[in-house]
Amino acid sequence: MAGETINIKLKIWRQAGQGKPGKFESYEVNDVSVDMSFLEMLDVLNENELKKGNDPVHFDHDCREGICGMCSLYINGKPHGPKHGITTCQLHMRTFKNGETIVVEPWRASAFPVLKDLMVDRTAFERIQQAGGYVTISTGGVPDANEIAIPKTVADEAMDAAQCIGCGACVAACKNASAMLFTAAKVSQLAVLPQGKAERKRRALAMLEQHDSEGFGACTNTGACEAVCPKEISITHIARLNREFTRAAFSGSETDYTN
Amino acid sequence: MSLESKIPAGPLAEKWEKHKFNVKLVNPANKRKFTIVVVGTGLAGASAAATLAELGYNVEAFCFQDSPRRAHSIAAQGGINAAKNYQNDGDSVFRLFYDTIKGGDYRSREANVHRLAEVSTEIIDQCVAQGVPFARDYGGLLDNRSFGGAQVSRTFYARGQTGQQLLLGAYSALSKMINTGKVKMHLRKEMLDVVTVDGAAKGIVTRDLVTGKIESHAGHATLLCTGGYGNVFFLSTNAMASNGSAAWRAYKKGAKFANPCFTQIHPTCIPVHGDYQSKLTLMSESLRNDGRVWVPKDKKNQKITAANAVKLPEEERDYYLERRYPSFGNLVPRDVASRNAKMVCDEGRGVGVTGLAVFLDFADAIKRDGKATIAAKYGNLFDMYKQITDDDPYEVPMMIYPAVHYTMGGLWVDYNLSTNVPGLYALGEANFSDHGANRLGASALMQGLADGYFVIPYTIGDYIATLPLGKAVDKSHPAFAEAEKAAQGRIDKLLSIKGNQTPDDLHKKLGHIMWEYCGMSRNKEGLEKARGLIQELRVEFNRDLKLIGSNEELNMTLEKALRLEDFLELGELMVIDAHNRSESCGGHFREESQTEEGEALRKDDEFNYVAAWGYAGEGKDPELTKEVLEFENVKLTQRSYK
Repeated sequence: MAGETINIKLKIWRQAGQGKPGKFESYEVNDVSVDMSFLEMLDVLNENELKKGNDPVHFDHDCREGICGMCSLYINGKPHGPKHGITTCQLHMRTFKNGETIVVEPWRASAFPVLKDLMVDRTAFERIQQAGGYVTISTGGVPDANEIAIPKTVADEAMDAAQCIGCGACVAACKNASAMLFTAAKVSQLAVLPQGKAERKRRALAMLEQHDSEGFGACTNTGACEAVCPKEISITHIARLNREFTRAAFSGSETDYTN
Repeated sequence: MSLESKIPAGPLAEKWEKHKFNVKLVNPANKRKFTIVVVGTGLAGASAAATLAELGYNVEAFCFQDSPRRAHSIAAQGGINAAKNYQNDGDSVFRLFYDTIKGGDYRSREANVHRLAEVSTEIIDQCVAQGVPFARDYGGLLDNRSFGGAQVSRTFYARGQTGQQLLLGAYSALSKMINTGKVKMHLRKEMLDVVTVDGAAKGIVTRDLVTGKIESHAGHATLLCTGGYGNVFFLSTNAMASNGSAAWRAYKKGAKFANPCFTQIHPTCIPVHGDYQSKLTLMSESLRNDGRVWVPKDKKNQKITAANAVKLPEEERDYYLERRYPSFGNLVPRDVASRNAKMVCDEGRGVGVTGLAVFLDFADAIKRDGKATIAAKYGNLFDMYKQITDDDPYEVPMMIYPAVHYTMGGLWVDYNLSTNVPGLYALGEANFSDHGANRLGASALMQGLADGYFVIPYTIGDYIATLPLGKAVDKSHPAFAEAEKAAQGRIDKLLSIKGNQTPDDLHKKLGHIMWEYCGMSRNKEGLEKARGLIQELRVEFNRDLKLIGSNEELNMTLEKALRLEDFLELGELMVIDAHNRSESCGGHFREESQTEEGEALRKDDEFNYVAAWGYAGEGKDPELTKEVLEFENVKLTQRSYK
């Protein structure tokens, strides 16, 4: 209801920098409008802390419309908080009760070291993309966009995978800190589209090799990633990634790798 | 001084082809001897960095987020225009050109806009080849829709996430070139200054946002692809960290800033609901295809809630857009819809707790087409609205209000996208060149990618070819050390103020001034007052800013303060430009210049020019240079939507 306010308590992970010791600090924020987003509530906390001469809680955020993938936060034990299919920036305070204590942590994974407080280093994702998350073409000299017909269902399936925002919730939720859902989203998008087929073998191998070398764990099909993914990306894409990998690993050359 | 736009001679449709032939080429073996600095890796920057690296240049690319995929290009919802005419509905390069010139209210260059329309088709080919999953028909070919009141279906889209998919396409091309080593990508580094040597740009100074380290990066040319400055208003649809600092620093190093007052205010955003509000969320303007905009007729019903609005009888409602613009109705262009919403709220007929909102009502559409049909069209938008406001648009009308969305103004560039500082280029929203006084829907993505994929890769050669071969740019030149020292000095100064107001406190004050006096409607007295208020606020900033911590750490308050310091100067230039342009055009509405019916009145005799402002030094008025616009292919008409 508009105009309603609540008081909340927060337990937030504070850590001065990478490799430095960290601990939970407690805070109280009063008169929180239920119409505020979770990040706006943190803005209010930070303004209060700054005015008291304390260092604000650092967290990643940017677009605040659920698409840039910058915001993270483990809220009450769940990546992006208790609601389904949204990012932290789309979580509103009406989700919480008056007097509730909310625990806020950064993503926890050895491949995502903490930079400060709630900010983590996700550049491992960059290197996975760089290993093969593209079609090797240059600008110009490409065929007309309508030259290849792609069945609508195929385009839709590619789009389902392509919606990944690279936030890392899948890694944070996984007991193995696996980034298979993230990796699968890109591999799957390009595996189903005709444009991506020429490089299927090398893409699957290179991206998975990079995934493993970054220190992400293996997938044991628990489905925690799918449950917390703000874009609701299905683990069937991981199944496709596994097929892509198996096929790539057992095929000798790309010569008979035509469909 | 005069500004040389370098528009090629000859018939409009042949200019770009001829120009491509006439620009100097750099030998493939020599390209590797040159380094290009690219600041910002959204659509324009990522596409430029990838393409230049493919051509053989060495690229140093920078973004302040943790990945190029975070750039705010990602948030564009609606789509991208291209003159493919796949729908056989009469579209053509010339029609896209014409619509864009007219939509921009005749304040952009014919040659630039025609080139944009020409390369639009190549963009779609390129994106599809990258694997961008555009929407398709059952036959497997690309689907299009009509967008933003266009009379043809030329908009390509990927669900409601077109910007995301196009950015991820450009990001994939960039990732590929990072992997080859031709692009060195710098993450979480923000540009603090442009370095010039003998009047030419030779690189930049950055701050590492994690360590605070200030360092120089040299390049034979520097491309600013740093987006718009809408956050000068504090509240906008821009991302939180979007800022105007790169462009502003370039301005202070001699680059001209063009048409800074041209701001697009988008009519359909979720209204402000409290002082704590951090940003405004856009609701796609496609909603106006079926939603009816209204407020109560009587002031006694001001601030009526959505729940009570349902009970208000028809005869007590004013569907003001349908009333004032019978032929376009709820589909009038963005600037007209925004101004009218402000007008009815100023009259005391606004709705919701603040009285600064109007209704967008789907009750009739649901009655006519059924809930299922409306859900199929707008389901995700209705869900998003409910998520944010807790109101269900299937049951009660939405509340909307205009919000700052895009800045058409930006760094002045010539036909080659070069600023007046040799070696310094501006691409995408950071330049001023293609949208005139008002940008049409689905054109921002088109321009960013046109500049990056298809314009700069050709035009930069014209400059690079003039540079001596084999001469590496040298970071040891004293200009770099001086720029680093100046940047460090700025930071030390801000950290030493030790006042009581946070950057957000001061930024909100600036936002209020800009919104009140340089927002949807502007007048001479208000702009004069605003200029004084901004100057006072700068004094307040320098006396009372509160920061904490040091430079040598992750310090988001310091980041905000540095961006705000630039906004406090840029805001004044916007006001000066708005004051100078005493005509109404596009998104710039001067109350002194309106028709009898209260519509925007252009003054082509007086203001048919690009206002390019040059920095004249601390405390001095900026210098105005006029680039007169020449129209040889379109006839200037007054827009009418009656």
